[in-house]
Amino acid sequence: MKEVKRPINKVDGYGLVSGQPVYTDDLAPKNSLVVKILRSPHAFARIKNINTEKAKSLEGVECVLTYKNVPRNIFTRAGQGYPEPSPYDKYILDEYVRYVGDEVAVVAARDEFTAEKALKLLEVEYEVLEPVLDFEKSKGSKSIIHPEKDYKSESFVSSDPKNNIAATYEMSIGDIEKEIEESDVVVKERFYTQAQAHVMMEPHAAYSYIDMQGRLVVVTSTQVPFHVRRILARALDLPIKKIRVIKPRVGGGFGGKQAIHGEPYVALVTLKTGKPAKVYYTRKEVFESTYTRHPMRFDVTIGADKNGKINVIDVRGLSDTGAYGEHALTTFMVAGSKVLPMYNKVKAVRFGGDVVYTNHPPAGAYRGYGAIQANFAIESAMDMLAYKLNMDPVKLREINMIREKETSPIFKIMGEGREGVDMIVRSCKLDECVEKGAKKIDWENKFKAKKEGKKVKGVGMAIAMQGSGIAKIDMGAATIKLNEDGSFNLLIGATDIGTGSDTILSQIAAEVLNVPTESIIPYSSDTDVTPFDVGAYASSTTYVSGNAVRIAAEKMKEEIIKAGAEYFEVPIEEVEFDGKEIRTKDNKITLQKLAEILYYNENQKQLSTTGSYVGDESPSPFMAGYAEVEVDTETGKVDLLNYVAVVDCGTPINPNLAKVQVEGGLAQGIGMAMYEEVIYDKNGRLLTNNMMNYKIPSRVDIKNLDVELVDSYEPTGPFGAKSVGEIGIDTPPAAIANAVYNAVGVRIKDLPITPEKVLKALKEKQN
Amino acid sequence: MKIKMTINNVLKEVEVSPSEFLLDVLRRLDYMSVKKGCDTGTCGVCTVLMDGKPVLSCSVLAASADGHKITTIEGLRDDPEFKAISQALLDEGADQCGFCSPGLILNVYAMKRDLKNPTEEEMKKYLVGNLCRCTGYMPQMRAIKKYFEVRS
Repeated sequence: MKEVKRPINKVDGYGLVSGQPVYTDDLAPKNSLVVKILRSPHAFARIKNINTEKAKSLEGVECVLTYKNVPRNIFTRAGQGYPEPSPYDKYILDEYVRYVGDEVAVVAARDEFTAEKALKLLEVEYEVLEPVLDFEKSKGSKSIIHPEKDYKSESFVSSDPKNNIAATYEMSIGDIEKEIEESDVVVKERFYTQAQAHVMMEPHAAYSYIDMQGRLVVVTSTQVPFHVRRILARALDLPIKKIRVIKPRVGGGFGGKQAIHGEPYVALVTLKTGKPAKVYYTRKEVFESTYTRHPMRFDVTIGADKNGKINVIDVRGLSDTGAYGEHALTTFMVAGSKVLPMYNKVKAVRFGGDVVYTNHPPAGAYRGYGAIQANFAIESAMDMLAYKLNMDPVKLREINMIREKETSPIFKIMGEGREGVDMIVRSCKLDECVEKGAKKIDWENKFKAKKEGKKVKGVGMAIAMQGSGIAKIDMGAATIKLNEDGSFNLLIGATDIGTGSDTILSQIAAEVLNVPTESIIPYSSDTDVTPFDVGAYASSTTYVSGNAVRIAAEKMKEEIIKAGAEYFEVPIEEVEFDGKEIRTKDNKITLQKLAEILYYNENQKQLSTTGSYVGDESPSPFMAGYAEVEVDTETGKVDLLNYVAVVDCGTPINPNLAKVQVEGGLAQGIGMAMYEEVIYDKNGRLLTNNMMNYKIPSRVDIKNLDVELVDSYEPTGPFGAKSVGEIGIDTPPAAIANAVYNAVGVRIKDLPITPEKVLKALKEKQN
Repeated sequence: MKIKMTINNVLKEVEVSPSEFLLDVLRRLDYMSVKKGCDTGTCGVCTVLMDGKPVLSCSVLAASADGHKITTIEGLRDDPEFKAISQALLDEGADQCGFCSPGLILNVYAMKRDLKNPTEEEMKKYLVGNLCRCTGYMPQMRAIKKYFEVRS
C-alpha cells in the first residue's frame, strides 16, 4: 500500500496553522446582523409576559423574536438518523423555560453593542415553577417538566413525560437471579458519573443569508450538516430544498456540535429581515446553554465462580438528560451495548433503567456517548471482583473477555435506539492489547509492589470497546470527479471537525486509484454540493464514509478503464489503468491526456462516480488502558504519572492522525476522571460557567501518554480500518480509580476522583 | 477614540471604543487568525505578540495597545521560525482542529527567544496557558521538542 498507512500531513493543515480565515465566524459577511439570545434566569418558569417594545425601538435593532412570533413546531435538536430516536420536546422558543440558560427571546441588531443593549431592554415577567434538580428524585415528581400537549416521540422510544421520563430501556438474557444465587462470589456496587463539558476551543457559531434563488443558506460549525438541514426544515416549516447548509472548518466538536444550537435563530432573523445574520456563542453560553455529557448512576451486580469465570452481569442505570431529551435513549443503550459484549462468556446479562428529565442544561452527544459512563462502573466493579477473588485484575479480564471470531448476543439485541445487528468480531486484538499494555507499564512488578510511605504509587487497568458507525441506520456517500489535468475532486458529506477525515478519506481514494494523495482535492460538507452523509459521530467516518469513498474510487477506476477502451476502440478487458497511464497491449495514454481529450476533444464527457455505504455491522475497536498514579496520603492528591494505551483500531489509514485521536481522547477521559466537574448551585444555576472554574487538563497535568496501535485488519473496513474517534476516552476513569485503589486501598465510586474524596476515604479507612 | 498601532509592521490608525478589547479590534480589522475562545484570558487561542511579548488579546484593552507593535500569525508567514514550528506541528498531526494553533505557535515563537535550551518541564510551564482539547498535548510537545532540538 502506498497512500494508506502513511503518516502524511493533513491536507488542510497549513491553512489552519497559518491562521487562514476558515472557521464560521471568520467568514460571516461584514454586514451580518448580530444575533443575541436572552436566556432564562430561572431553572423552571412560565413566561407570563414579554414586553419587547423598548428593545424594538432602540436604533439599530432590526428583529426581536419571542415564542409569540416564531413557528411553533415541536422538534428535537439531536442530530441523529431518521426516524429520530430522541423525543420531540423542544420549540424554537417556548412559553416555558426549563433550565437556567434556556432561550427566552432573540434580538438582532446591526452590531454587538446594540444587540447587548437591546437584551437589557427586554422586560419579562415569569411565573417561577418548582424545578427538579435531583435526577434521582425526578421520576414521578410533582413538577412535570414537559407538560406540553404536542410532546411526542417515535413508537420505538418509550417516553413518559408525565413521569419526567424521556426514555426507558430494558433487556435481559438468561436467569439473572439464579445465576447470582449460584455464584461463589458476588459484587454489588453503585457508581456515579458526572456531567462533563465538551470545551471544544471554537464556541458554537452560525450565520445565514438568502441566496440569489431566494433560498436560505446556513453556514455553521456543525458535525452534522445534513441533519441540520432536515431539522431546520421541520422547525422552520420550510421544504428541505429551500435550505442549504455549509460546514466550513470546525474548531472541535466531540459531540457538542452534533445538534442544532444557534442555527434556527439566525435563520429566522434572516427569513424575517432578508438580511445576513450571525451568532457566536460566548464561552458562558457554551457552558450554560449547550450540552453536557449525560450524568448517570449505575447499580452493578457481577457474579462469578471461584475460578474467576463470570456468570452474570446485571446493570441497573439511571441517566439525567436535563431539560430536553436529546440522545436520551441512545446514550443509555450504548452504555449497555458498548460495554457488556466485552464479557461475552456470561450465562445471564441484564441492562435497563430510565432516562429522566431535570431542570439542568440538556445533556447530549459527547465522545464515548454512554460507553464511558458504564465503562467506569463495570470496569471498577470488575476490579472489585478480582480483589474479592484474590485474583490479578488482568487475569480476570483474560479469562472472561471477548476474542477474535467470537460473538455476543447483545450485538443483535441492542443497537442505538433500536435493535442491533448480529455480528461476529472479525478483528479483535484485545488479548494482545492487554498483554502488551501490562508489559509496557510493568504490571507484574508494580501491581504487587509493597505500598507504603506518604506518597504511594499504584497501577490500575481497564478494557474498552466501541463501534464503527451505526449499522443499518447511518449512511455515508462520496462523489469523485475527474478533472482535465488528471486530478480528482473528492466530494464528501463526511464532516471533518479537526480529526483529519478530509485527509484520510483522500488517502483512501488515492490508494484505490493508485495516485498520490496530492492528486485528490477533498471538499467536505455542503448540502448543495456534496452527497449525503450522516456526519461526524458514532466513530463512523473512517469506516462508513471511508467505505463510501472506496466504492466511489473503485467505480471511478472502472469509468477510466471504460473511457480508455472507447478511446482505443478495444474491449474493456484489454485495458489497464495503473494510476498514471491507461494501457492496452499496443497503446498507452496518460490519465492527464485522456482527461483532457474527454473534456475538449473526443467522446466528450465528465467522468464522475458516487459511492454510498451503510454498515451491515459495526466492527468494534478495542483498547486496554493502564494507569500509574501516585497518591499523596496527606492531601489526597492524585498524580497520574503515566498512561499506557494499547489500541486495536484495525489498520490505521494515517498512523499519526489515528494516534493523535487516541491521545486526545485519553486527555479528555483523564479530565473526566480527575478534574472536570459541572457544578450547579441550589437553584440550578451553573457555577462552572467559564474556563477558570471548569478545569480541563492543561499540558502540565498530562504527564505522559504512551499510545501504541497493534497490528490488526478488519476485513469489512476500508483497507482493514476500524474507527478510532471515541475509544481513547473510555478507559481512564476506571483505570485511574483502579490504580488509586491499588495504591492506597480506597475505592472512589463517583467521578471525578478529587483530592477531597480520596482524603475523606483515606480517613474513613483509618477509622 | 483614535489609537495608533503597528500591526505586522504596518502602522494603522484605528477608531476604537474605550471598552473594546484588542482581540475584537484585530478581528474587526480582518486579522482573522486571532481566535476568540473563552472571553476570560484562560484558553490562549487569542494570543498575539505585543512588542514581541505574548499577550492575551481578549484581556488587553485596545486603547492600551496605542503606540505598540502587534504581531499576529499573518505577520509571521514568511518568517523561517514560523515555518519550522508549523512544519513540526504538521509532521506530528498536531494541528487537528487548528483553532489553538496560531496562539500556540506565537507563544512557541516567543519562548524560543525567552528560554535557552529549556527542559520539557520549562516548556510545559511556559506554554501552560495554551489549552488544547483535541490532541492531549502529546503531539504538540513532540513537535515543539523536535523544533527546539533542531534549532538549538
